[in-house]
Amino acid sequence: MSTLRRRLVAVGAIAIASSLVLAGCATSSDEADSGSTSSSGGSSGGDSSANCDAYADYMGMEGSEVEIYTTIIDPEASTFIESYAEFEECTGITITWNGTQEFEAQLAVRTEGGTAPDLAVFPQPGLLKVFKDSLKPATAELEASVDANYTPDWKLYGTADGTFFAAPLGANVKSFVWYSPKTFADNGWDIPTTWAELLALSDQIAAEGNVQPWCVGFGSGAATGWAGTDWMEDIMLRLYDGATYDAWTTGELPFNDPKVKAVIDEAAKVIKNPDYVGDVASIATTTFQEAGFGIVDGSCAMHRQASFLGGILVGDAGATIVNPEDTDVEGGITTFYFPGVSEDSKPALGGGEFVGRLTDNDAAAAVQLYLASADWNNKKAAIGGWFSAHKGLDTANVGDPVNKVAVEILQNATLFRFDGSDVMPAGVGAGSFWTEMTAWVAEDKDNQAVLDAIYATWPY
Amino acid sequence: MNSVGIFAARKTPWEIVADNFSLLAMALLAFGAVVFLVFVLAERTSVKAQEWIKYIVFIAPAVLLLLVGLIYPTIRTLIFSFMDARSENFVGFENYIWAFTIPEIVTVLRNTAIWVVMVPLVSTSIGLAIAYMTDRMKRPGIIKSLIFMPMAISFVGAGVIWKFVYSYEPNDKRPEIGLLSAISKALNGSAPNWLLEIPLNTFLLIIVMIWIQTGFAMVVLAAAMKNIPDEVVEAAMLDGASPVKRFFQVTMPMIRATIVVVLTTITIGTLKVFDIVRTMTGGNFQTNVIANEMYSQAFRQFNFGTGSALAIILFVAIIPIIWYNIRQLRRERTER
Repeated sequence: MSTLRRRLVAVGAIAIASSLVLAGCATSSDEADSGSTSSSGGSSGGDSSANCDAYADYMGMEGSEVEIYTTIIDPEASTFIESYAEFEECTGITITWNGTQEFEAQLAVRTEGGTAPDLAVFPQPGLLKVFKDSLKPATAELEASVDANYTPDWKLYGTADGTFFAAPLGANVKSFVWYSPKTFADNGWDIPTTWAELLALSDQIAAEGNVQPWCVGFGSGAATGWAGTDWMEDIMLRLYDGATYDAWTTGELPFNDPKVKAVIDEAAKVIKNPDYVGDVASIATTTFQEAGFGIVDGSCAMHRQASFLGGILVGDAGATIVNPEDTDVEGGITTFYFPGVSEDSKPALGGGEFVGRLTDNDAAAAVQLYLASADWNNKKAAIGGWFSAHKGLDTANVGDPVNKVAVEILQNATLFRFDGSDVMPAGVGAGSFWTEMTAWVAEDKDNQAVLDAIYATWPY
Repeated sequence: MNSVGIFAARKTPWEIVADNFSLLAMALLAFGAVVFLVFVLAERTSVKAQEWIKYIVFIAPAVLLLLVGLIYPTIRTLIFSFMDARSENFVGFENYIWAFTIPEIVTVLRNTAIWVVMVPLVSTSIGLAIAYMTDRMKRPGIIKSLIFMPMAISFVGAGVIWKFVYSYEPNDKRPEIGLLSAISKALNGSAPNWLLEIPLNTFLLIIVMIWIQTGFAMVVLAAAMKNIPDEVVEAAMLDGASPVKRFFQVTMPMIRATIVVVLTTITIGTLKVFDIVRTMTGGNFQTNVIANEMYSQAFRQFNFGTGSALAIILFVAIIPIIWYNIRQLRRERTER
């Protein structure tokens, strides 16, 4: 082998190695450019046909473009695009719906890289607070609109450090009990309206002995136990006020406090009662979906779960979602409100999205305001499969019976809180809270021992 | 005018491309300069220095990749294991104290120990027995294929399959889909909820791993037995050694090195077991093992301190086995 050839090989190898190093250096130095987005000033008058009168407040920005950055992708995305088509036509503002599952990571990249989207739909309030320095405070009109149309709890979730930023968009509700109207009618049971009535009904069903009063399932693969955390949160909201709930989720109220003990004791009345749920330990190996199947085939009477369970039961168990009055449909299921301690206490557990503005684009502010209007909320709900906490939302526009109940719950809610385990430190909210709720049923762990074990993992 | 207005401040696609192109041009220029430099240096050096350059050029890429892919992460993990959840402050040995004192984590370590003892011993024993029994068989193909087949199934797939075997339906009004539960109900009238029976459940999961690894042990050991010279076996037979005696005094010593390799390989695989536990119980019901808890701590609860500490414990536990394995291989090489 000639030395020249050897030398060439050597050179090639060094070159490759050094170019790797160079490439590594290059990527770390290209985040220098900053960017600001100017607002657009449009002036030419658009065509003002009769049906555009409703959009008078948003006129004067023809030709502007607004990008909405969101986690909501198709098929849902197309229903949003449809809902504001008329708005675009009348105002001349073009809205780009940019849905991505990489929202959380990419939003940080884009705000830091100077290419922030005009509007961002935050799927949870915690993320909103992370971006509070990039967000533009809400306009006075938007704040007035939200004050008038949403309960104060919702406004609070769109607020960070005392500044109101983001208006609520859609909502979801977890405080549901799924049941079959046919099973209830055949047995002559009434829908309970208080927690005491709910326990009384459970006793009655257990005494009759034909049907198991409750189906409970905590199983959910690696996330097993989250269904148990929802029970705790819902009962926490029923026994105490919002401030206590917030203190609990932020760690100010220790997890093994007697107040929390009272909550788990109350939950145990249902979940750890073999007369209500059959084999308690098997709750841990029954998935929350499978547990719902019992409602459809009539082997159990009630199942506490969020609104999304409906779709699963329709798809996997052949259920039909019906109105509470439809008592003759075999396999028909619907929901009632997971009751509060008294009839006039109606707390609700759920979630929702929030629209924050990241640029000074006037058209973006207009779109943000429009998305908080009664007009848009009704239009969006009428397309189907969606609801919000907007007080101006007419339940007549909400087709799905379960969503109708959800809107009623939200509009009448005396207290509204987000899923607490999402707010807690991950070591608890996605760790010990799940595993300890699982051990609580699977290993018959004592109530206080469960709380002590969770308390031990809280990073105080 | 105003439609351009918004975009004026943003980067246009062309600007982004231009930026990247200038970066590319710079990289190419630097690349060219380095190549030139190497040529000049190589030309001017002595033959001895050229030898050295040759070694460096050939070893450098491998060393570089090892540094980036193995050494650097190991050191980083080691440092993280002495830091808090967000890797901001040093906390000393707190994460290790945590790992050896919190009852849940002690259970995790205990379970891993049970796995590491049970899986290699049982699967190698069964594999060895089957290999010996099929060694002199006319058509061992079908038996061997059946036993080897689980090896072709992923751990996740095996976990899902066995989850159905152990599945249990508490409600009498609904059909039982669990194989084991159905058999037990037919025979005894009742069945336990298998995956909830502590400590039986850990052994039920271990069976899955044994089911997979036995095939591997059998194939490797059968190949080693084929290598035993016929004269040795025939001599033992002529001397009147019984099959049992032949197994323990001829076969076993002849394939000792292979048995060690099989045992250590399965032990390392078992220490790292993650998928089976994750798919079957999610680490609940006191069946958790180190690898699964490490993942939960680091990537679900975002506690990089405790996650890294568990990773280091796992790493330290594997080192002696790898060292023994390498020594064994080396000794075998010098013997032949």
